[in-house]
Amino acid sequence: MFDLDRWQEIWITITHNKSRSVLTAFGVFWGMLMLVLMVGAGNALEQGMTSQIEGFATNSCFFESNRTTVPYKGFRKGRRWNMTNSDIPVIREKVKELQYISPVLFSGGNDKNVVRGDKNGSYLVKGCYPEYDLIERSKMIYGRYVNDIDIAEKRKVCVIGERIYEVLFHKGEDPTGKQIRVNGIYFQVIGVARSTSGVSIGGQTTETVVLPFSTMQQAFNQGNIIHFLAATAKKGVPVRVIQDKILEVLKQQHQIAPEDKEAVFNMNIEEQFKMFNYLGIGIAALIWIVGLGTIFAGAIGVSNIMLVTVRERTKEIGIRRALGATPRNIIGQILSESIVLTVLAGITGIVVGVGLLRATGIVLSQGDQFFKDPQISFGMAVASLLILLVIGTFAGYIPAQRAMMIKPVEAIGEE
Amino acid sequence: MIHIRQLHKSYHTEAISLHVLKGISLDIEAGEYVAVTGASGSGKSTLLNILGILDAYDAGDYHLNGTLIKNMSEREAAKYRNEMIGFVFQSFNLINFKNALENVALPLYYKKVSRKKRNIIAMEHLDKMGLRDWAHHMPNELSGGQKQRVAIARAMISGPKIILADEPTGALDSKTTVEVMDVLTNLNSEGITTIIVTHEKSVSDATNRIIHLKDGMIEYETRKNNGVHDTFPNVNMQSV
Repeated sequence: MFDLDRWQEIWITITHNKSRSVLTAFGVFWGMLMLVLMVGAGNALEQGMTSQIEGFATNSCFFESNRTTVPYKGFRKGRRWNMTNSDIPVIREKVKELQYISPVLFSGGNDKNVVRGDKNGSYLVKGCYPEYDLIERSKMIYGRYVNDIDIAEKRKVCVIGERIYEVLFHKGEDPTGKQIRVNGIYFQVIGVARSTSGVSIGGQTTETVVLPFSTMQQAFNQGNIIHFLAATAKKGVPVRVIQDKILEVLKQQHQIAPEDKEAVFNMNIEEQFKMFNYLGIGIAALIWIVGLGTIFAGAIGVSNIMLVTVRERTKEIGIRRALGATPRNIIGQILSESIVLTVLAGITGIVVGVGLLRATGIVLSQGDQFFKDPQISFGMAVASLLILLVIGTFAGYIPAQRAMMIKPVEAIGEE
Repeated sequence: MIHIRQLHKSYHTEAISLHVLKGISLDIEAGEYVAVTGASGSGKSTLLNILGILDAYDAGDYHLNGTLIKNMSEREAAKYRNEMIGFVFQSFNLINFKNALENVALPLYYKKVSRKKRNIIAMEHLDKMGLRDWAHHMPNELSGGQKQRVAIARAMISGPKIILADEPTGALDSKTTVEVMDVLTNLNSEGITTIIVTHEKSVSDATNRIIHLKDGMIEYETRKNNGVHDTFPNVNMQSV
């Protein structure tokens, strides 16, 4: 039951020696401030990282041809080879766990390769299947993405990135249906894309012209070559499974030695993200260890000073005992003082920490997206309070025990 | 009220063992006004601490108001101290960061009396001691006599049956000693058993009974008869 009297009694004792109380509490305040700031910063880093990858399919893997490093079936090592269109149906047939696959061709980035009237710029040109948009998702500001009909009919259409739109068109102008020149060939704009992820293949979506894969192969005389292959695994299937199978198919198709590890560059983005996650977990664990360690050190400080306080207050405790205070009263008094000091200091640390995080959040909101929205969760605040209660009790326990051992007759006689 | 039989108390340190009380037997009835006298080290303060349940004894029996005070839990002892006994000390033993009113009210805090009520009662007791105007002063702003009267008000606030005063005038000048003794005498006249440990003759003369200790034993007792103390040799001296 809430006992106002008891709290008043505790408050009088705590405020009696303000500087000592403040110094006692400072360790816990600092520990909690550090914990909140570090957790907030950790969360911001995580949020920033998450926002960078959120539009990207994390269950994807990628392939690119490389020179062979092992001689095989009469071919010397160091042979150049290319993935081709015929690889796609074989992969689709042999890799049942495959969800999406898209070949990719790259071009451009040349001097002023994208032109509209007197406006121009140098941008990456990428030929993809419609499925590519399911791997590296983009948000359409105008129009649509490349579709299957575009592929089948090899339409001379393109999707331009937001930045390209800003350079080539007036603000608010609808670009769909308009013609632009890409690497010397006219294409009709069918959409404007904005990237939803900080991760992209080849270059930023906002500065990329996307063409239908088949159109690009034909328009730029690429034959049946594929520069890059992107694939995703079905739900619940580890990417490693399709990665290995696709790798095997490609090696079979192109007479590459099974033991040649360099001939096919391949990357499993799921594993990269897993490492990312582990890094996040590692950072969070480190933050909690350091933060709790700091609070713990603060609590030891509280305990230490409470011990000194009890020693200094021996006579007072003796007087209280003589006047009728039970051992429980004395333990309660010391424990409560410790808990009140710890919790007050901790809450101050949380409040100051949250304030600093908010201020940092406001300052950073227009800037670096790798550090986004630093804050702590309500659950973390509640957990911190519980930790403070436990630590306050821990800090007060030994001094309270010491206080209880004080014999009134000896304490009263002490000067 | 107080019945003691063959009370022994020793203090032990690593080096020595000190037998302080050597089989004291004593009866003090309700309403008595008693002085315990004796030289330093005679055991008078030890006796008072045992009577006040501030200290334990080694052997013998101590009955307070019919209850055997032995192997009492700290909680029970605290209850007895709070409700039955009022303490007055030589060095006043006021809590220095509480004002006079808060000091006087403290025993009622442990009796779970509400703050409002205990402040009213404390003010009444301070008023009785002529200290109403000093209620909100801190102990360091009070004179020795005022401090001792605050301490007496504190001892009285929970309505004790016994006042135990350990050298209550030891730190006071002669004029203040008279004032404090008047207060204690008045309390006794209200029926409160008053036991004063003192080595001041003027103080012991003010009481109705003097128990003189020597080397942990009662050397003699005197009782006031027509304002004069008659001496009685103590039979307990033989029993040790």
